[in-house]
Amino acid sequence: MRPIIKVENLGKRYLIGKREPYRTIRDSITRAVAAPWRGLRARLAGQAAGPDTSHIWALREVSFEVKQGEVLGIIGRNGAGKSTLLKILSRITEPTTGRIELYGRVGSLLEVGTGFHQELTGRENVFLSGAIMGMRRAEILRKFDQIVAFAEIEEFVDTPVKRYSSGMYVRLAFAVAAHLDPEILLVDEVLAVGDIAFQKKCLGKLGEVARAGRTVVFVSHNMAAIEALCTSCLMLTGGTLTALGDPLAVMSHYVAEGSAPGDGAAALAVHPGRRPGDTPTMTRVELRGGSGAPTGALRIGDPMEIRVTYRAQRPLRPVLGSVIKTSYGAPVFCVSDRFCGRLATCTPRAEATVVCRIERLMLIPGHYSIDLWLGDLGDDFDVIFDAISFEALPADLTGTGRLPPPNSGAVFCEADWSIHET
Amino acid sequence: MNSESMNVDRAVRTDDRPPRISTLEGPTSLPGADGAVAIELPLKPILTIESARGWTRLDLRDLWAHRDLFYFLVWRDVKVRYKQTALGVAWAVLQPLLTMVVFTAIFGRLAGVPSDGEPYPIFVYAGLLPWSFFNQAVTTSSNSLVGNAALITKVYFPRLVIPGAAVGAGLVDFAIAAVILFVMAFHYGVAFGASILMLIPLALLTMLFAAGIGMWMSALNVKYRDVRYALPFVLQIWMYVTPIIYPVTFIPQRWRWLIVLNPLSGIIQGFRSAIFSRPFDWSGMAVSAAMTVSVLIYAAFAFRRMEREFADII
Repeated sequence: MRPIIKVENLGKRYLIGKREPYRTIRDSITRAVAAPWRGLRARLAGQAAGPDTSHIWALREVSFEVKQGEVLGIIGRNGAGKSTLLKILSRITEPTTGRIELYGRVGSLLEVGTGFHQELTGRENVFLSGAIMGMRRAEILRKFDQIVAFAEIEEFVDTPVKRYSSGMYVRLAFAVAAHLDPEILLVDEVLAVGDIAFQKKCLGKLGEVARAGRTVVFVSHNMAAIEALCTSCLMLTGGTLTALGDPLAVMSHYVAEGSAPGDGAAALAVHPGRRPGDTPTMTRVELRGGSGAPTGALRIGDPMEIRVTYRAQRPLRPVLGSVIKTSYGAPVFCVSDRFCGRLATCTPRAEATVVCRIERLMLIPGHYSIDLWLGDLGDDFDVIFDAISFEALPADLTGTGRLPPPNSGAVFCEADWSIHET
Repeated sequence: MNSESMNVDRAVRTDDRPPRISTLEGPTSLPGADGAVAIELPLKPILTIESARGWTRLDLRDLWAHRDLFYFLVWRDVKVRYKQTALGVAWAVLQPLLTMVVFTAIFGRLAGVPSDGEPYPIFVYAGLLPWSFFNQAVTTSSNSLVGNAALITKVYFPRLVIPGAAVGAGLVDFAIAAVILFVMAFHYGVAFGASILMLIPLALLTMLFAAGIGMWMSALNVKYRDVRYALPFVLQIWMYVTPIIYPVTFIPQRWRWLIVLNPLSGIIQGFRSAIFSRPFDWSGMAVSAAMTVSVLIYAAFAFRRMEREFADII
């Protein structure tokens, strides 16, 4: 089957560094005059006289094909090049290298409310936004009632948009975009905006579009949406294509890359996940399993110890809380002394190690990470998100060698089964 | 009916989820049961995206395909400009009108500048009308790209539409200010001849020249923000070197050739000839037309060349 999108060796280079993206003519003249001297000075100092701007490749040698009717999900960390890829596919910016062939018309949804003007009414904005996104006037007229009905703003259609609530605004904006009829639809994390009802509506509409045979390219961080909608998935890392194929396979590759379990210990004195403004008090965290040694891989059903070492200015009675989260960031459970108060009467200490021991770790196998909350009786003063991650290893807890699959939940619950005569 | 009864010992239901498209091989043609039909793909790509070098085609077909958008942008600019203003559209008229009053007082009365035998107010207004249009069109279009940065970074459409729409919006103001001209002509007893019809091609010429300059300035403004500051100043000087306040005869013969170099001179002279039923200076107007067309063509190509970087540097 022939592809509807063909991307060959795509690359995009951005200039960064001392050069401003826009400048004044005065700057240009000054730089032009000073250029020979700069080169001379650099050469005298023994360095190569290169330009004092550097560049980064936002995308590099990306090649893939999308078949008609596919829903391709694009995932990757922030800065991996996902939005850049969509921008190039939407003709907003030009590639530096490579080539793209499109065998269908493209409609892009890169932002909610493109073209909306605050002073104009809802009705006027539907026409304006529709025209900006590529619809003809006749087409907008034809679909106008459907758009307004989808957005559920019939009574407000003649009020200036600046009076709308944010919910109405995004509903209307999405309604216009949803009625674009391109063969290829590009969507960029648009679903991140808005409340649950709106997100469900967006997902529903995207699903409808996909079932109607359109090709959708969808960038999102919402793993559940990717899993629900996409027929194939592409992962970008640092601008290069690192995985392409079945969504579940690519997503677990993504997740594995992002949170390498490591060796069960992490230094916390300086940590990127610390809540801004908090005083660093926790210095180290260690995870120990059944064997008593620090480890990043713990068998389910075995004990788990979270050991947090802290150093504070004054002696205090520590209150430690941990939130265990899935690799997608969804919290699974919280174990915190704030709700048990077991250490409430201990001797206050300025430096100590707090140990939290869970007798049986009842998680479904997978990657998990831990948020740590340290405080005293009053409140929490040192919070670190994703302080450390670990892997829960399978173990035969049921006696049959089988465990529930990962997408059925994160907690493993034991139950007794019996059957009775009715 | 037993179709509803379920076997209670079966733990998992396998046949009532909607069919999911196969993930490993990628979808084959979708079943017609859904109402979906695989569209026949064209043999050649509808669009090829590649890095371009040097001068690119103008792509007039793309522009024509977006004419609805052009109309909507003009409509938006006009509507928004006068929303929440007290005087509304009257502002379109006040500017040339008040300028005319001030110039009449200073140059017509006090300085005694000649006016080709016509009453000074209408003489100067005949020049101010196209000039105001040009001035406003160039100023708004030069800022139009930067002002629409949000659109440029989020949606694709031919960027030429943006400064074009700014000039188009100016046309609306021009039309309103032109009405005042007719009122004044009636007041001063100026009779129109057949030459008044020349106003239409002349207005068109002004618009094309404004579009050319505006396009070029708007593209330059994206990269060099000086344009925004330099332009008002340049336009101010430009007004004084164009025979608006004074007739061409005011300038000594020696320097007359400089005046001819200014495309607006030919246009403004043409406006005056049309209104006062004077003989036209065809050579002057021909020069203006030639310069307008060259500027327009050059500006369009220069714009297309600079367009590539807009989304990256705006």
